[in-house]
Amino acid sequence: MKIQTILGISLIGATLFATSANADVRDIRIGVDVPYEPMEFRTPDGELTGFDIELGNALCAEIGIQCEWVVQGWDGIIPGLMARKYDAIMSSMTINDDRRKQVLFSDPYFTPPSAWFAPSDSAIEVPYPQTLEGMTIGVQRGTLQDNYVTDNFGDVADVNRYATADDMVLDMDAGRLDIVFLDFPVGKATLIDSNAGDYKVIGEMITEPKEYFGDGFGIAFRQRDEDLAQAFNEALSTLKDNGTYEEIYGEYFGSK
Amino acid sequence: MIDLHGYGPRLFEGAMITIQLGLLSLILSLVLGLLTASAKMSRSWALHRIGTLYTTIIRGVPDLVLMMLLFFGGQIGINQVTDWLYYQFDIDIFINVNEFVAGVLTIGLIFGAYMGETFRGAFMAVDNGQIEAGRAYGMSNWLVFRRIRFPQMMRHALPGLSNNWMVLLKTTALVSVIGLSDMVRVAAEASKATREPFTFMLIVAGIYLLIACVSEWGFARLQKRYDVGFGETN
Amino acid sequence: MESLTTWIEGLLANNDIFTLQTLSYYGEGLTTTVQLVFLSLIIGLILAVPLAIGRGSKHQWIKMPIFFYCYVFRGTPLLVQLYLIYYGVVFIEGIQDTWLWVILEKPFVPALIAFTLNTAAYTTEIFRGAIKSTARGEIEAARAYGMSWWLMMRRIVLPSAFRRALPAYGNEVIFMLHASAIASVVTIMDLTGAARFVYARFYAPFDAFLFVAAIYLCLTFSILYLFRYLEKRLLAHLKPSGQ
Repeated sequence: MKIQTILGISLIGATLFATSANADVRDIRIGVDVPYEPMEFRTPDGELTGFDIELGNALCAEIGIQCEWVVQGWDGIIPGLMARKYDAIMSSMTINDDRRKQVLFSDPYFTPPSAWFAPSDSAIEVPYPQTLEGMTIGVQRGTLQDNYVTDNFGDVADVNRYATADDMVLDMDAGRLDIVFLDFPVGKATLIDSNAGDYKVIGEMITEPKEYFGDGFGIAFRQRDEDLAQAFNEALSTLKDNGTYEEIYGEYFGSK
Repeated sequence: MIDLHGYGPRLFEGAMITIQLGLLSLILSLVLGLLTASAKMSRSWALHRIGTLYTTIIRGVPDLVLMMLLFFGGQIGINQVTDWLYYQFDIDIFINVNEFVAGVLTIGLIFGAYMGETFRGAFMAVDNGQIEAGRAYGMSNWLVFRRIRFPQMMRHALPGLSNNWMVLLKTTALVSVIGLSDMVRVAAEASKATREPFTFMLIVAGIYLLIACVSEWGFARLQKRYDVGFGETN
Repeated sequence: MESLTTWIEGLLANNDIFTLQTLSYYGEGLTTTVQLVFLSLIIGLILAVPLAIGRGSKHQWIKMPIFFYCYVFRGTPLLVQLYLIYYGVVFIEGIQDTWLWVILEKPFVPALIAFTLNTAAYTTEIFRGAIKSTARGEIEAARAYGMSWWLMMRRIVLPSAFRRALPAYGNEVIFMLHASAIASVVTIMDLTGAARFVYARFYAPFDAFLFVAAIYLCLTFSILYLFRYLEKRLLAHLKPSGQ
């Protein structure tokens, strides 16, 4: 239990004078779902790392606040923000209209496509509903990939929904899944780079239709925290100008 | 020696969380259980109804569903109150229902219902003549409870309590699904990362069996203590 | 039929969450849950009878393995057993190339195996208790009639043990229904799986989970009444006479 303002005093203060919310940006907590390599994951000794984590820490340092990372499962990540378990989400969250109704987004900080991955010996060439008929597709529960696959392939194929990307990879390794659909960098790191040659990308990178795939990854805030979003947007453009962003980017995805 | 791939310390922390979670929810469930048993045995119609409603609903819905409802929904319920305070009075309070608290509350709430049934049965098994004898000695209600009803009730309740505790202990594994890093979750993460599910899951199964063994021994000792004066069980 | 669909659609017109589509998820989830629980209980029951008899055997080499099996499966969480079987079968060398993989590939059968082994262990203990409490007089009477061991089991011990086990077994059935909620952890779209899906898509915990809790409550009550009815029919002779 944590009480951030002294109750009694502000109760009197608030009722007597119509004070506005405190404009100072304070230390915050950021919600993240792990593992989602290379965006966010743990080293075996439990340390958090990844593109989001490093960029997030750099942003906080730029703003001059302390940021604490809070690990939260994906399917509870937006409710957790509403619930004020943390003040922001930086966890490869794609900006789209459905989510805009719930949360306030920063400017996009990264725009990866989604992609299909399957074992190298897979006969699938282009993933259409017709070609995936009767197959088992893996997605992470509650992601935009889940929504896209459920709406477009749910009638013809089996959709297996997983709590984490790791579960999905394990079942793919086991041969339980014919094909998975996820963020391209994540699929590349967990399926292609780590298993060298066992898996391949099927078809094109997917960024359309926008109603599912949105406008890139953003940091999510509660609607009322406009000051906080503003501070992050300013810090993001500073980091892009001074080369810090590019440095972190290069570390995880190679140079542009 | 078994290779734990560096997950040993986290597995140990996970086991500690399992034990803490188990013990704290046990305490909560015992308190709730005693209250429920009293409510159900009370002469007040309303109390009786509330007690019955509580045990019926809890025992009709899966633990996991209750846990998710409380963990995901409970926080939102609390926030509606705090949000209202914020918009009305600009008071920014944050009450965090974290996984551990949600786990203790849910498991305690669930097993309170089962404990309630166990206690009720046990209280009813205490000979009425004993209570009357106590009253005849001029004992107050509280003294009758403390000296006569409770100790004799415990003798009847212990087998049920021991059974409930074993089930409770295993139920703690479900918190791994809502995201608390108990030993099952650590083991699941480790087996995915290392691709060695047998190693980690068997270790965890072994720890559960160990805790169960120790508990059995503990309950046997307690039973001996409360059986004093009753020749038939030895 | 069509009028029914339009009626439901009308009812749901103003509801973003409970559309026909999400309701069909709950419907399929209900079917899956019932199948999973029913099948594991039936198979578990069939396994439990010989195991319970063996558990009371005089031979250590029959008794001890069964005791050990029951102790392990009753002493560890079903979730751990499910993980072990679901992820474990994959590591059996070459399993993917055999016909077995066809059934083990989908999560349903591994979950069914875990649930069955679990309920069989509990049911064995329930039956053992019931067999043990057979009145000595009945056994002596059967012996006096010159019945063989097998005939005595079949005619005297088991029928009465089944009846005595009924209340405890009713609890086990309800326990299994509730335990089956963890099937959603290995991607099975059972009732809880459907609720988690609806929750994740609409961020509506109360709607998703209260609805599913109500369905479970109805299922629990149905089982409860079924067993009450059975007890009334089968245990009538145990009631005090004149009632």
